[in-house]
Amino acid sequence: MAAVATCDSVAGSTGSAVATASKRNVTSFQKRGPRASGTNDSGPRLVSIAGTRPSVRNGQLLVSTGLPALDQLLGGGLAVGTVLLIEEDKYNIYSPLLFKYFLAEGIVNGHTLLVASAKEDPANILQELPAPLLDDKCKKEFDEDVYNHKTPESNIKMKIAWRYQLLPKMEQIGPVSSSRFGHYYDASKRMPQELIEASNWHGFFLPEKISSTLKVEPCSLTPGYTKLLQFIQNIIYEEGFDGSNPQKKQRNILRIGIQNLGSPLWGDDICCAENGGNSHSLTKFLYVLRGLLRTSLSACIITMPTHLIQNKAIIARVTNLSDIVVGLESFIGSERETNPLYKDYHGLIHIRQIPRLNNLICDESDVKDLAFKLKRKLFTIECITKLRSYGLRSQKYFLSRHLQRKFSIKKNPYFKEPHTLKKIY
Amino acid sequence: MFVELNNLLNTTPDRAEQGKLTLLCDAKTDGSFLVHHFLSFYLKANCKVCFVALIQSFSHYSIVGQKLGVSLTMARERGQLVFLEGLKSAVDVVFQAQKEPQPLQFLREANAGNLKPLFEFVREALKPVDSGEARWTYPVLLVDDLSVLLSLGMGAVAVLDFIHYCRATVCWELKGNMVVLVHDSGDAEDEENDILLNGLSHQSHLILRAEGLATGFCRDVHGQLRILWRRPSQSTAQRDQSFTYQYKIQDKSVSFFAKGMSPAVL
Repeated sequence: MAAVATCDSVAGSTGSAVATASKRNVTSFQKRGPRASGTNDSGPRLVSIAGTRPSVRNGQLLVSTGLPALDQLLGGGLAVGTVLLIEEDKYNIYSPLLFKYFLAEGIVNGHTLLVASAKEDPANILQELPAPLLDDKCKKEFDEDVYNHKTPESNIKMKIAWRYQLLPKMEQIGPVSSSRFGHYYDASKRMPQELIEASNWHGFFLPEKISSTLKVEPCSLTPGYTKLLQFIQNIIYEEGFDGSNPQKKQRNILRIGIQNLGSPLWGDDICCAENGGNSHSLTKFLYVLRGLLRTSLSACIITMPTHLIQNKAIIARVTNLSDIVVGLESFIGSERETNPLYKDYHGLIHIRQIPRLNNLICDESDVKDLAFKLKRKLFTIECITKLRSYGLRSQKYFLSRHLQRKFSIKKNPYFKEPHTLKKIY
Repeated sequence: MFVELNNLLNTTPDRAEQGKLTLLCDAKTDGSFLVHHFLSFYLKANCKVCFVALIQSFSHYSIVGQKLGVSLTMARERGQLVFLEGLKSAVDVVFQAQKEPQPLQFLREANAGNLKPLFEFVREALKPVDSGEARWTYPVLLVDDLSVLLSLGMGAVAVLDFIHYCRATVCWELKGNMVVLVHDSGDAEDEENDILLNGLSHQSHLILRAEGLATGFCRDVHGQLRILWRRPSQSTAQRDQSFTYQYKIQDKSVSFFAKGMSPAVL
């Protein structure tokens, strides 16, 4: 799993142009680094970060979205440095779920989280994350780990997972044992408090930040967006996710989650008026965010109420500025709720765009009709086959009844001669 | 570069026309493979290329360029390629006040300015160096893509002015070529984008339009390419030539075939 580009010769030289140039001229036999390889980082980067794996197609670093089914549809996962845009469903019932799965995956893998919302306090959002479904072996190691994290100074001998005692304490950020890519979550239970407290997270709650006196650079974005961009850039720089801070050598992923971007709560009026004064604010924000993400080890999920945006041109521009766009369409309140075809499902999921990163082609899935349903515990995505012909069904019904008659002739003395297929058809 | 596309366009890197504006346009599909084609084409033709890449990072183009046989890092080092990475430049402009004017300076301004700093950057990049020997054949400007400038607050007229200035300098004065990509929003009713697209269509000599198939997604045919040659300056007694092909993008090349003649169907 930890196959690493063999750039050992450039391990010593940090930030020299020659180093970056020679790192670029990799042959096709070496695994490629993540797209943030343009930064001045010493030594071979990559795949030993927990919760990531290289893409099969071009070796790009991928993180899980929290839903293994969605990972598969997106070609393996969400690439580091890209934005996943979720177009919210009409009553905003299912998109917060996808948002929380993304954050929960971050906590389970030990990634740093940045949660931004204008509606809910990020601490409350984290309290409502779904609990991970772990098998017993993982669970025991989880408990051991959490126990160790709580008492770092004590030298309590571990009886079962004694090898962990030999690891230096610094390396253990979060659950080391959950090395699987993509976990399943139980939507009916909450994430255990210890896991949340053990994780490193930053919250951005707009009503708190908008009144504070952070130095605001002049920019034509709405103040909420400007503050959020500065906050994100601050975290990326301070914690070393972009490799530019010489004190910090970060080898972890930053998961950014922004909820309800574009809604009036962020101070934007694209959902209220067709040609408002701030019509470029959101697209500028997305562009600068893209610039920040491309040069750092981070991945971002944004939920946006696109069904409320009055000007359709803005939706097209937002789609062009995002990498992956997934639309949710729930059946609540629509005529499809009573359609027998959709009776097992809660809504449709549309994969509107998949990026072509470092490549001419992308891993587009062949299956285009996808529906989701939220069972009591799990959120599943399935393909619905629309090719049900009711005539065939009734023929099958005839056939089974017919066979029942044919073979149960002893039970039913009323049928004196068996009806053969030829007679009926 | 894609050899099949060169055959369709009837050009090779050795004998390409000069002083032309090529418009790349995509509707309901991703037309970025055309940008990669022209980038590698002009680098192989030994031209001095100024690439204004607003939508993706340098490493993206570099990795695809390696598949197509050009090394962007080497080209940048020897001075053949001047690369403006829009994303990185935007982050620098927005978060730190810079002393000298940056190409994307308009991001700091509240009201829609003009693209003069960007034009100055292009002119500076492509001006002929008086070193005696002519190292590069002719200058080329590539822009990927112009619709992003509309998203960043520029008006369509400002972008058209920028293209006009660039055309005057690059195509007429320096006898070079220009290739720009614009997204066609289709039924999304983006008026500014339509103004930009129509304005550029009338000025360009060659229009390559990548469209998604009207019938929807297909695994074997990724889209349709329309090629339209125009003579904007001459009075057109003759009609503009137009061809349509369907294409399938593979890992390192793109294969073109006539409509309905996909190998998967035959």
